[in-house]
Amino acid sequence: MNELQDKAAITGIGQTPYSKGLGRSEYDMAVEAIFSACEDAGISPREIDGVVRYDMENVDEEQLLAVLGNPEIRYQASTSWGGGGAVSVLVHAALAISAGLAETVLVFRSRARGKKSVYGKDPKQGGRYWERTEAHLPGLNQWHVPHGLVTAFQEMAMITRRHMIEHGSNEDHFGAVAVTTREHACRNPQAVMRQPMTLEDHHASRMIADPLRLFDCNIETDGACALIVTSRERARDLKQVPALIHAGALAAGSHHIRLSTLFSRPRDQDSAVRVGRQLWQSSGLGPGDMDAFFCYDFFTSFVIIALEDYGFCKRGEGGPFAEAGGLSFDGGRLPTNTNGGQLSEAFIHGLNNSLEAVRQIRGTSTSQVPDCELVLSAGANTDPTGAVILRRDS
Amino acid sequence: MTDLREGAITQILPLPQPNLDNQEFYEATRRGELRFQRCARCGTWRHYPRPACPECHSREYGWELSTGQGRVYSWTIVYGPTLPAFQDDVPYNVVDVLMEEGVHFQSQVLDCQPEEIREGMPVEAIFVPVDDDITLVKFRRNRDA
Ligand SMILES: [Zn+2]
Repeated sequence: MNELQDKAAITGIGQTPYSKGLGRSEYDMAVEAIFSACEDAGISPREIDGVVRYDMENVDEEQLLAVLGNPEIRYQASTSWGGGGAVSVLVHAALAISAGLAETVLVFRSRARGKKSVYGKDPKQGGRYWERTEAHLPGLNQWHVPHGLVTAFQEMAMITRRHMIEHGSNEDHFGAVAVTTREHACRNPQAVMRQPMTLEDHHASRMIADPLRLFDCNIETDGACALIVTSRERARDLKQVPALIHAGALAAGSHHIRLSTLFSRPRDQDSAVRVGRQLWQSSGLGPGDMDAFFCYDFFTSFVIIALEDYGFCKRGEGGPFAEAGGLSFDGGRLPTNTNGGQLSEAFIHGLNNSLEAVRQIRGTSTSQVPDCELVLSAGANTDPTGAVILRRDS
Repeated sequence: MTDLREGAITQILPLPQPNLDNQEFYEATRRGELRFQRCARCGTWRHYPRPACPECHSREYGWELSTGQGRVYSWTIVYGPTLPAFQDDVPYNVVDVLMEEGVHFQSQVLDCQPEEIREGMPVEAIFVPVDDDITLVKFRRNRDA
């Protein structure tokens, strides 16, 4: 048991429409998602007294104050490492509430990440960040970018290859993840990709960075997501079924852009594995207790690796698990990314998958898992990362 | 609105910007030498360059000569999208090489077709000057190993 257990609850979720190109600013999208989450929770934006964002987020606290009506923000934090921090934001929100540093915490992410989106001058703002790689590389990407390893999907291809070599995953396994995730997206009117996909479609999609094909990669979209986290007591007085933050954990570790250290570090000691162990130890629960799983599906292979990292499958068994239909909301042993994930719903830096985790707890998913009471939501497993267990308040 | 995207795409080959932690590496490659940091106390090799040994925490180290020999540990074949500087080369390989010294190094094997690359394939370092400051380390197959 840890001190944050069941102290905080997610009580509001909001989003913009998702699209390959909305032509809107990240500021504008953030505000829509935030107001929508407040309305969902039944609170005024002025009641927000804490903000947790990704450190890459371009919409800052001062800009938020200027549209939220200057609420008295008394807690602020940000999480590092992009998608690695996608669920860490919820851990920080729960920490702030359990420590009494805030009562109503906003968590959000806004991204103009459609491939033709342009927003601002910062290389990380809008569109494909890697198209604006610096000409002179002072950071650790200097060790591989000059050799043509430029993008996250190319780095991920290298890591995926090692999983194939060591643990026997293959393109049928990756395809099974893509197909099941698309089946979920087809049932979700919010999803960007709703054309049915077969395993043959997956295998026929063009190679991007062998072994990763186009349909192994997340989609490139615009949109924003927001969540309102508050105390358990307050959540019980609000409109929605509270999704209690039952456990949360963080861990430092490798990052996919730093392959020399990542490949030197045993996978079973790396961040996602340790986050999983901490969650199971602190909660007294185990993988078999989870009714659904939400992971950072930037690439199909990393869903398989996440199943193994978090102990749902042994090493090498994640692929066969996906191939046997284990990820499907419809009778699978571990319904996973039932919104269509980042592969098919939208790529909001992982936060859209946590919104779906809340819907499953509420019973409002378009691919609802019956009697869904406990779910795991996890950030990117090739980064310093974090995860939470959500529980339906009873 | 004007499309700002085209003008924003990096057209040239991005190159390393040596710094106080790693400039000895690039000085060595200019001389045609591949050198990695090695702990002066316990002998552990390391890459990326860093100020101390993770095994024994010694801050004493030298830049020692690598044999240049290694084996392919992982690889990808890039079909694109990728940066314009690499577009003419697609499909091209990028490899992670586990060097004899035990460090991982990313580069390319220049004399190898995409379908020929195998895990464990022996390769050896070669040096490709790009400009006055930067010489990149690439690899070729070592058929004798
Ligand atoms: Zn040492």
